[in-house]
Amino acid sequence: MRNVHGWLLLTPAAILLVGFTHYPAVATLLDSFFSTGTVVRPTRFVGLANYAALGDDPIFWQVLRNNVAFALGTIPTSIAIALLMAIWVNDRLPARALVRMSYFTPTILPMVAVANLWLFFYTPQIGLLDKFTALFGASSHNWLGDPATVMGCLALMTVWKEAGFFMIFYLAALQSLSPELEEAAKVEGASRWYYFRRVTFPLLMPTTLFVLVNATINSFKLVDHLFILTKGGPDNASNLLLYYIYQVAFSFFDTAYASALTVVLLAMLAGLAIVQFQLVEKRVHYR
Amino acid sequence: MRVLRRELPLLETAAAWLLAALWIAPLAYAFWAAFHPATMATHFDLLGPLTLDNFRKAWTYAPFPRHFLNTVFLVTMILAAQLVLCTLAGFAFARFDFTGRDVAFGLVLVQLMVMPEVLIVENYKTMARLGLVDTIVGVGLPYMASAFGIFLMRQTFKTIPRELEEAARVEGCSMLGVLWRVYVPLARPTYLAYALVSVSYHWNNFLWPLIITNSVNTRPLTVGLAIFGAPESGVDWAVISAGTLMAVSPLLVAFLLFQRQFMQSFMQAGIK
Repeated sequence: MRNVHGWLLLTPAAILLVGFTHYPAVATLLDSFFSTGTVVRPTRFVGLANYAALGDDPIFWQVLRNNVAFALGTIPTSIAIALLMAIWVNDRLPARALVRMSYFTPTILPMVAVANLWLFFYTPQIGLLDKFTALFGASSHNWLGDPATVMGCLALMTVWKEAGFFMIFYLAALQSLSPELEEAAKVEGASRWYYFRRVTFPLLMPTTLFVLVNATINSFKLVDHLFILTKGGPDNASNLLLYYIYQVAFSFFDTAYASALTVVLLAMLAGLAIVQFQLVEKRVHYR
Repeated sequence: MRVLRRELPLLETAAAWLLAALWIAPLAYAFWAAFHPATMATHFDLLGPLTLDNFRKAWTYAPFPRHFLNTVFLVTMILAAQLVLCTLAGFAFARFDFTGRDVAFGLVLVQLMVMPEVLIVENYKTMARLGLVDTIVGVGLPYMASAFGIFLMRQTFKTIPRELEEAARVEGCSMLGVLWRVYVPLARPTYLAYALVSVSYHWNNFLWPLIITNSVNTRPLTVGLAIFGAPESGVDWAVISAGTLMAVSPLLVAFLLFQRQFMQSFMQAGIK
């Protein structure tokens, strides 16, 4: 009887989960072994041809490189700033609540809105960034139109958006540290920097690893801003894997190739999930 | 928990404020631009005339009222479905010993990694087959059975003492009666936390709604905003600021009112 009841309770959720998570995941894998069907040429089995095409596709390698660059450009900086923020608002300072709110506010804004706001900073001539550099005599620069600067601009905006989110994890971890540690350090005459380097930072290591993995997963999912700011351009200089999947499927209508690309993305996410799982296992030992 | 806090050194206090000012600047600037005439967007004048004109223009340039309605409908529908589905499934995992439970739970957790965003190609095909392309139901359907929600409800229900359930059983409560009268009321804080995360996530969600909708009557705010703010639409900066602020204001106001709950809920969602 408990068997029947258990499954009955689970059924509505299970149908939707299978329909929109498990089935499409498996179907993506299967589709990646077939060609994209057209009116005149129906779908047929092509084996690993889509994956071979992937290996020869310079844009694919470029978006992978971009993804790595985007992750390297945003994650360490966001984490460092998040840690700094958390340490600051964990101590007593005037207008603490206001400071904490400023740090966290970008987190609750949609990426599309953020991109709308930042677009104006990067606009040549009338944008704030150009106005600012003009003060130092620099000439106007097309920040988002130049392959050399576009990733930096997007990374800066992403750091601004994400640091406050990571801050709350550090804040929670800091509040769970024992106050006696700090008392002891004070008695020993340890400087603030020394205390941070030798005590706080090592103790926050599990949080840092946790944030690191989550931030990496996020960096693969975060593409909303590309729709507004660059559309992956100029010349794919800011294109990312998920955005490329979108382009291939919904602009070039090559769904089979998009499936092969999705399989690559899924494989990477699965790899990260395994790392994450092992971290969670480790965290148990700390407690 | 009240923690004894140490005083922050003066230099660091100044740095913390400076960073806070920098962090709020883009939003503050958007406010400034939205409330001033378009010609003033690029040069500052503290005594410049205030105006609501930009908001009026934004409201009429794009079908904002319709987008608002769509988003409100979308987030309400998703949340309602999630609450029901996740409660039932979470209850099953927490309190029933059925065959294949652990395997089923493992399969549920797969969704934490394989989110609907990643499966856009196949999910679009499914929606086309179901005839749900360009419907608000189509936007919401892939998110209704949320692994995070099921996980959260399972954890919460597991902490509720079984004695309470047995007492209710003795009183003659049915299985669903127990769930409704004992478990659901005791899980209220979890529901609140989950609701905050769900509403903010779907208020801000963009990629899937963009793909699956193609008319004014179904597009949520984020998609409307993207079309409105695109450089090729030729709308001036002050009006874009006003439109953007309108779109984010409900969530922003809610955040300002319930800061602590927001931060705690977001953290719970992150840690899982």
